[in-house]
Amino acid sequence: MSTMASTAYVRSEMVGPQKAPPSMIGPIGWARKNLFSSPINSVLSIVAALFIVWCLIPVIRFTLIDAVWTGDDRAACAQASGACWAYVKAYLPQFIYGRYPIDQRWRVDIVFLMLAVALVPMLIPRAPFKRLNALFLLTVYPLASFVLLTGGHIGLRGRFLPDDIVGPGPVRFALEFALVSFVIILLVGLGARLLGLRASQSGSAIGIVLGALAVVFMVVGADFGLVPVETANWGGLLVTLVVAVTGMVASLPLGVILALGRRSKMPVVRIASVTFIEVCRGVPLITVLFMASVMLPLFLPEGVTFDKLLRALIGVALFQAAYMAEVIRGGLQSISRGQYEGAMAIGLSYPQRMRLIILPQALRVVIPGIVGSFISLFKDTTLVAIIGLFDLLGQIQASANDAKWASPVTGITGYIFAAMVFWAFCFSMSRYAAFTERRLDRSRRG
Amino acid sequence: MAAGDIGARSFGGRAAAIINNPSVRGLVFQIAFVAALVWFAWDIADNTARNLQKANIAAGFGFLDRTAGFGIVQKLVYYTEASSYGRALLVGLLNTLLVAGLGIVIATILGFIIGVARLSPNWLIARIATAYIEILRNIPLLLQLFFWYFAVLRAVPGMREKWTFLGIFHINIGGLHVPRPVFADGAGTVGLALIIGVVAAVLVARWGRKRQEATGQAPPAGWIGVALIIGLPLIAYFALGRPISFDVPVFNDQGPILRRGFQAGSGMTVIPEFFGLLLALSLYTAAYIAETVRAGISAVGHGQSEAAHSLGLRNGQTLRYVVIPQAMRVIIPPLTNQYLNLTKNSSLAVAVAYPDLVSVGGTVLNQTGQAVEMVTIWMIFYLGLSLLTSFVMNIWNRRVALVER
Repeated sequence: MSTMASTAYVRSEMVGPQKAPPSMIGPIGWARKNLFSSPINSVLSIVAALFIVWCLIPVIRFTLIDAVWTGDDRAACAQASGACWAYVKAYLPQFIYGRYPIDQRWRVDIVFLMLAVALVPMLIPRAPFKRLNALFLLTVYPLASFVLLTGGHIGLRGRFLPDDIVGPGPVRFALEFALVSFVIILLVGLGARLLGLRASQSGSAIGIVLGALAVVFMVVGADFGLVPVETANWGGLLVTLVVAVTGMVASLPLGVILALGRRSKMPVVRIASVTFIEVCRGVPLITVLFMASVMLPLFLPEGVTFDKLLRALIGVALFQAAYMAEVIRGGLQSISRGQYEGAMAIGLSYPQRMRLIILPQALRVVIPGIVGSFISLFKDTTLVAIIGLFDLLGQIQASANDAKWASPVTGITGYIFAAMVFWAFCFSMSRYAAFTERRLDRSRRG
Repeated sequence: MAAGDIGARSFGGRAAAIINNPSVRGLVFQIAFVAALVWFAWDIADNTARNLQKANIAAGFGFLDRTAGFGIVQKLVYYTEASSYGRALLVGLLNTLLVAGLGIVIATILGFIIGVARLSPNWLIARIATAYIEILRNIPLLLQLFFWYFAVLRAVPGMREKWTFLGIFHINIGGLHVPRPVFADGAGTVGLALIIGVVAAVLVARWGRKRQEATGQAPPAGWIGVALIIGLPLIAYFALGRPISFDVPVFNDQGPILRRGFQAGSGMTVIPEFFGLLLALSLYTAAYIAETVRAGISAVGHGQSEAAHSLGLRNGQTLRYVVIPQAMRVIIPPLTNQYLNLTKNSSLAVAVAYPDLVSVGGTVLNQTGQAVEMVTIWMIFYLGLSLLTSFVMNIWNRRVALVER
């Protein structure tokens, strides 16, 4: 019986890996892990799902299903139980430009376009010409926008030369400017000579400042043939962006100065900076705006009046500068001592140390913080509505009471629209901040 | 001190040595700076004095004693139109404190819940918390305030109708109408009993903690505390023959349509402005507090909760005894900032005419033209509050801070 077949079985190859059970992978596995991992979790998931449905259904019904999309006046929306998008459509130009004259709105468009064209490459880390671009955004752009939006042609009259030599007007102003510049250069030169310093360095710095001022005066005083548009006619997104961008552009240099002042070794400068920063940060923006709108006129000499928008801009810029200073101070503190000492050791002066070594590093570190403070600034621009300017929110608030479109849903539609606009701006900024933060983290690790 | 140095060094007679001396440069620069500041301040003061004189406004705080002549809808202390401007500002100040204080409490509770929810292992819950934070944080507070006040709170019934919740809360466009407590003789004793109850509860909690540290057994200090806080005043209330009664708001729904509605002077009315502001402030700030809490909890190392789990603590216990106490150290400083922000943001009250300090101050400013004084009062109040809050929170922070050897 030797031929009995062996029943022993020996596998000649390995068993292939088994697929995970369907309950562990795929949507079911995911749901088991993330939604139904325990009885309590299951209950929570169901409650949460019901909550979402309970929230979303009315929102979708209101904004989409029951919404009114077309119509010419309040009759379209009077009986509506959903959003009145027809009203937003009818008012959209006002929400963007305010009461800016219709045939002049191309000027606003150019300003928006320039901002977009200059800003986008600024935000992409790989895009070239960062320095030139920043220079454009901080100098040429504000000047060009000012001329485009207001129409320029500021009446420069001059102040102190007697009328019988030359009457008030641009010529007198130019003469006075030249005279004052000459005196300043003379004084600086004399002082440098007396102290035995090389006059060229301080002289060239003064020269650059005076030259830049001359260019600014020339541009704002020149007549480009644009119709002047009063700031009282500005409104909507235009005012929101003007306030926000001015606040951002002005607060950066001011913030740097304040932050450096706060870390200065000179007690007087330090105390002054700390006081300014802490007072601004300690009070609500609305009191600063009230101060700018009711107190600033008191501070000015007789006959000098500031535009309402300009007053708000000054208030916002100073307020924002204090917050910016704290952000930048954080960056300055993160720079190691060795950098300061190294810069000193190679014989750089204080301005050189800051400009060439410290600030480039410090500002890079705090980009997320700067963007974060821009977000709060952007949201805070709505407060100018309280002192009677018509920003996007103010414009919407005003239009909702317009008898032509008044209906129970007009107001809430306007708010939803405003919320979407503000949310889009702020959310993209916060995503950008998060993106830079990750990038900086990576570059620091690697 | 600087002068001595200079004298010694410039003894050689070289002017350059003086000029290149950093302390001399600093001194010169500071003197120039102070001079510029003084000139600037003097110029402003001079202009202001001249402008005020022209506008016939007397500088100084004398106006605070004059009769205000305007009414305030919500007042925590006695105030009539015949009261002084100073009294009006006091009413506004108390209203600011009321809305900020309540807002802080609500925002903290909500913020902690949402912050913890954001880290929940449950995907849906975490998503809801994230959506809440991302939506609320990226929309201006003023817009949210308008939304709640003008859109939502205007959707409630008109003056002649009402919605009723739980039998005692009545809502219509006039606000929230609730019974008003009327205090008779002996009500003070009940209040005293409440205070004693709170103090006793704190002491019990402390004793419970000590006992747990010593023996490992936790007495039910929480329940005892709750019993003390609720029980003591209740006992006093009944023992003294119920000295607190309630004035229920009277609602007329009979008769001619114009006579219907809540009877004036009955019950207590919480104005809708207060509600709108409180809602907007606490929901908005809760989003920020949630982020703060999330960051604080994330900062506690993962090993801590793993160790706690391996010791056999449940999820809730881990959170309560291990993670939160450590996270608090990270959370408190930014939390202080959020409290201050909320207080400062309460000044948006002026947009919905809730009579807070800024709103009342604005009215006073318009009536008297005392811009400088009014802005000064605002700034002193908010600055003082900021300093006080940071002071208190610093003390607390020091208590929970890591004690190193």
